[in-house]
Amino acid sequence: MSNHIENDLEQSLTEKSKIAKWINDRLPIISSIENTLLRHPYPKNLSYLWSFGSIAGIALVIQILTGLFLAMHYVPNADMAFDSVEHIMRDVRYGWLIRYMHAVGASMFFVAVYIHIARGLFYGSYKSPRELLWWFGILIFLLMMATAFMGYVLPWGQMSFWGATVITNLFSAIPIVGEHIVAWLWGGYSVDNPTLNRFFVIHFVLPFVIVAMVMLHLASLHTSGSNNPTGVEIKSKKDIIPFHPYFTIKDMVGFVAYFIIFGYFLFFYPNSLGHPDNYIPANPLVTPAHIVPEWYFLPFYAILRAIPDKLGGVLMMFGSIAILFALPYLDKSKVKSGAYRPLFKKFYWLFLVNFLFLGWLGQSPAEGWYVIAARISTFYYFTYFLIILPQLPKFEKTLPLPKSIDDHYQSLKRKK
Amino acid sequence: MPDNNSSTSKSEQNTTPSQNVESPKDESRRKLLTTTAYTAAGVGAVCALLPFVDSMNPSDDVQALASIEVDISNIAEGQEKKVMWRGKPVFIKHRTKQEIEEAKSVPLIELKDPEEDAKRVKPGKEQWLVTVGICTHLGCVPIGGQGEYKGWFCPCHGSVYDTSARIRKGPAPKNLAVPPYEFLSDTKIKIG
Repeated sequence: MSNHIENDLEQSLTEKSKIAKWINDRLPIISSIENTLLRHPYPKNLSYLWSFGSIAGIALVIQILTGLFLAMHYVPNADMAFDSVEHIMRDVRYGWLIRYMHAVGASMFFVAVYIHIARGLFYGSYKSPRELLWWFGILIFLLMMATAFMGYVLPWGQMSFWGATVITNLFSAIPIVGEHIVAWLWGGYSVDNPTLNRFFVIHFVLPFVIVAMVMLHLASLHTSGSNNPTGVEIKSKKDIIPFHPYFTIKDMVGFVAYFIIFGYFLFFYPNSLGHPDNYIPANPLVTPAHIVPEWYFLPFYAILRAIPDKLGGVLMMFGSIAILFALPYLDKSKVKSGAYRPLFKKFYWLFLVNFLFLGWLGQSPAEGWYVIAARISTFYYFTYFLIILPQLPKFEKTLPLPKSIDDHYQSLKRKK
Repeated sequence: MPDNNSSTSKSEQNTTPSQNVESPKDESRRKLLTTTAYTAAGVGAVCALLPFVDSMNPSDDVQALASIEVDISNIAEGQEKKVMWRGKPVFIKHRTKQEIEEAKSVPLIELKDPEEDAKRVKPGKEQWLVTVGICTHLGCVPIGGQGEYKGWFCPCHGSVYDTSARIRKGPAPKNLAVPPYEFLSDTKIKIG
């Protein structure tokens, strides 16, 4: 497959503008951008689920932009952090808007990324030849979680402080050196000013590491090409269309829908996904009655609490993400797309419902039947990856695959 | 003949059947739609960026301190008081009768930045001269009661100001600025 295809709808900028041509003849930056982004071939049967990659990309840009302007007013000092955030909210011009964009934007970013991952899980986008692409994706997800966690500490409210205390204490579960590692993370003997200061620095720098990872994710995507709803690879020129204008337009529609939902939360319910306790300044002497992490950590938090052993719980929680790395080798099915796997479909939807249920359990108190339910859910989470996906091909009779992407596309057209 | 041949083959290439054959009307419609879309997106992007630019302006708490009230009852005749206003020094000088006379008697033609003394003080309050204590040359703070004209003297590059804080000698181009201020009472002024 060639790296780019000619675009019959729109001329190159170098053909339209003499200045562009002059620059491009000396530094081929315009043609390489056009070839790698605009003229890159994509399967022509991609659904709107394929827009969530671009949506996550724009979410990252919004976080970096708003974060940059917040950092101009924020003070990473234990005595001043809380007040500086209130200063942003009350005194800085449009500070309230920029801060709420950043806070709501973080949640929206996770929504987009979770849907992006769920799409990959369903259509088998992690399978050969896209293993590296998938691994870079998981690394981005991990970096996002680290960044979001440290960002939540910065306002230095009660949830910031105790969230930081609880999460950093996860490392104390490591035998022998655990306590030393935690003291090293804190830069002291409790979460305090040194912790806040380094969290600010790391929170600032990690997004740029994410940008680098996104570049690798994209470079890898452009090598293997996009997966598509059939899971059938690109075979001929009939299967493909250039990114621009077809998917720029389609992604724009996705962006508009995304921004409407973003705006709804931003302007009407900016605090609905936060915790009111974080408007109480951090107090190392009083723990809030009920500590909950941000919603996007809840399923993993539920797994942590389901295990009645300190080290075991921590290992299972990290394991629940680490297991994703092994996924390309755990799923033994030759058919990529879940759309052609009747049995897989049932287990997949159960997996999604189970994951959401884990999230709900994560914000419920850790007592009574909740604990039992969390254990059953955790069991299914791991069973899905370790037993169901490897064993399923032995029992499953898959549906016949279309001969090509074009065939699938034509059949969709006929249905309409 | 060869010329003719090549021109026909060229025109054939321009209308290869594999490309979408469109009437010019269709293309103009597409152009209108894309231009409209780009324009709308551009306006939206600029509107979205304005709050970010505005966030770097002086914030409300800074603006709240943009004006100060100063009690001037304890400044004796001939004395000068320095106060901080918007991060800069402001000179409040209680001028003697002699200093006022000196300032008034200078012909405007002798001045580098001609301005009457009466315009630099409030009517009926000629004894009070309020100026921003920043040399108009390169931003140093001049010293009071020094220099040839017994006004102010800037130690950095030798600019000399008179008793109306007007530039008389040296590299500075302009008189010391008079900030906006008003008398709240005979003993109290509000700067800013």
